[in-house]
Amino acid sequence: MALLDGASPSLAQRAAPVLVGLLAIAAAIALWQGAAEWGYVNKFVAPAPSDIARSFPRLFTEEGLVGRFLQTFAETFLAAGFAVAIGIPLGWWLHRKPLAGMAYENWVGSFAAAPIVIAYPLFLVLFGRNTATIVVMSCLSGLPAMVLKTKEGLDGTRRVLVNVGLSFGLRPAALFWKIMLPAAIPAIANGVRLALIFALINVVGVEFLINFGGLGELIDDLSQRWELPSMFGAILFVILTSVAFFWATGRVERWFRPHG
Amino acid sequence: MAELQASLPRAARGQFGPVLSLRIGTVLLLWALWEGAARSGLFYEGALPSSFKIARAALNLVVMPAFYYNFGVTLLEVAAAVAIGVAGGISVGLALGASRFAGKAFEPYLQYLAPTPKIIFLPVFMVMFGVGGGSKIAIGALSCFFPMALSVTSGVRQVDPVLLRVGRSFQLTLAQTIRKIYLPALLPPIATGLRLGLGVAIIGTLLGEIKMSNRGLGFLIMQDYGRFDIAEMYAVLAVVFVLAALVNGVIARTLRMKGR
Repeated sequence: MALLDGASPSLAQRAAPVLVGLLAIAAAIALWQGAAEWGYVNKFVAPAPSDIARSFPRLFTEEGLVGRFLQTFAETFLAAGFAVAIGIPLGWWLHRKPLAGMAYENWVGSFAAAPIVIAYPLFLVLFGRNTATIVVMSCLSGLPAMVLKTKEGLDGTRRVLVNVGLSFGLRPAALFWKIMLPAAIPAIANGVRLALIFALINVVGVEFLINFGGLGELIDDLSQRWELPSMFGAILFVILTSVAFFWATGRVERWFRPHG
Repeated sequence: MAELQASLPRAARGQFGPVLSLRIGTVLLLWALWEGAARSGLFYEGALPSSFKIARAALNLVVMPAFYYNFGVTLLEVAAAVAIGVAGGISVGLALGASRFAGKAFEPYLQYLAPTPKIIFLPVFMVMFGVGGGSKIAIGALSCFFPMALSVTSGVRQVDPVLLRVGRSFQLTLAQTIRKIYLPALLPPIATGLRLGLGVAIIGTLLGEIKMSNRGLGFLIMQDYGRFDIAEMYAVLAVVFVLAALVNGVIARTLRMKGR
């Protein structure tokens, strides 16, 4: 009734769906555990959740999960850092030169949709089976978002702000640093978040494909050793850290958005 | 020519000539750079073959019966993956979009799981469905499921409530409401989900083939990589990129035509 009246829902009303969601997950895990215990599910195909939980300490002590996590995230931040360092000037250039913007913006958009990760054998040939391949490929996956978001932000600067700057006699460099860049920050922050997300997805994917590096390599290794509880545990760890990462970058990005 | 002009952004149409010249000039410059690098002797020729050698390999490839066999395998796997992903995505999207409670309970999980790297599930699918086509279809279907489910969920929420009230006043059953109100209103989000889903299904399926298989275009890429037949590998990659762009272009064009 409160909803129909337009009043804000009570705490209980807000908590109910969250609780139902959590209970459904708990029920699914319990069902899986029961099916594995009673032999309805082959433990060599889908290990019981309790076995997966028991594998976690081993992942930390014997498989170097923390080190691999740090390596994956270092590669992610390095790749996203390159994407930001290259993408912002490129986006600015596409904004400054309208002809270039018209000619290349669609190309950058198409590049964003291109299945770059499939071309990893090509990068292996060019860079070898090492961190460079992972970083370059992940940088390329994040770059289009950075370029397009920077251009979008600069294009969207309100004309009145630019006119005020011009009326104060600001030179082009000052106009860019004092007016256009601050106005474009929300869009650029969104671009940085997208670059980080695309970079993380690619880093884990390429690590898995080339069996080199951090968390992706760990999953591939464990699957090849047929250590299924540990493999499921590592996959769960990647999912949880990815979700935490997306949530955290979302919060940071929201901080850059205009308030009020 | 008029078609090409229409494909440009609206602002670019007045500058069609300069934009086209810039694009052609860029393609020629990139080609000249590639050719120069390949002939300079600075790079190992096996890793960076001449564009003429790649073109010859591409011509040889398209007359090879093995290419069409592998292409057919990939096509079938992608078609099956898309069919499963779309069916699952629409069902879940309808359920979450139509019920506000279910949406609040489960949509956050969908939102957060959507950008996680799906390739890490490949070992799980290999354990469950074997190393044949089943695991490739499964990874493609999982990739396709998320964009479709999210697109349909948001689409259902935008269905005009007046239509639903009219449906209720005509005492439509749930099946009739879905068939006569939701599905016609959901065609645009379903088409958008299909476009996004098809792209990621192609990538997922090909990555599965690249990682471990004995047929399909992904297998062909790895076979060339293993034999160090880099010119043919570039040719297969080029064919895959062109096919992906064509499929994407055809769907985008169909959407634009339906939207008019």
